[in-house]
Amino acid sequence: MNLRLSHFSAALLFAVFASVVFGITQRNNPRDMIRYGLYCFAMFVGGVIVAGWVMWVLRR
Amino acid sequence: MANFPTSKSLNETQKPATESATTTMSVTAPVVGWLIPGAGHLIQKRWIRGLLLLVSIFSMFLLGLAMQGRVYKPNGGDILDILGFIGDVGAGGLYIVARIAGWGEGAIAHATADYGTKFIIVAGLLNFIAVADAYHIAIGKKQ
Repeated sequence: MNLRLSHFSAALLFAVFASVVFGITQRNNPRDMIRYGLYCFAMFVGGVIVAGWVMWVLRR
Repeated sequence: MANFPTSKSLNETQKPATESATTTMSVTAPVVGWLIPGAGHLIQKRWIRGLLLLVSIFSMFLLGLAMQGRVYKPNGGDILDILGFIGDVGAGGLYIVARIAGWGEGAIAHATADYGTKFIIVAGLLNFIAVADAYHIAIGKKQ
């Protein structure tokens, strides 16, 4: 099997799985776990978008 | 005269039972959790957390393999290879199965394969965090 994902879709999948694990392991109650997981996901995806724009600016 | 137990003797009688129960699970949960991601939580009846960890870490590792990612061997040449191996070995049973089956041994031929290599390493690193969490639950530091 040869799965070929774009950089963005690979980053999205990475963000989903890493956020689930971070949320479960870094907080103590279910409500905080969900909130922290969503926060991590937003930070991962936001970081990817910001880094993408920084690279675009540097390349010009 | 009634012979009431002192607070010291009470502590002495209660402590060994509590310690042995904690010690058994605090050893079993991390070992099982390392071998099967999420199982350290499942054996402590944290069903939803265990299943989410299992699905996340399994998916990440298998997606990495599907993207033709590389599975590192413990040959210890380059420092980056050693670090890659440490990350990979965190996936426990998944890493052992991948090595036995000979998966992830091809040369990296395209960018997606490099993402796959990182997915496999991070799956192992996330499992290390899950193992530590299972241990904290076992010793009562976390609910």
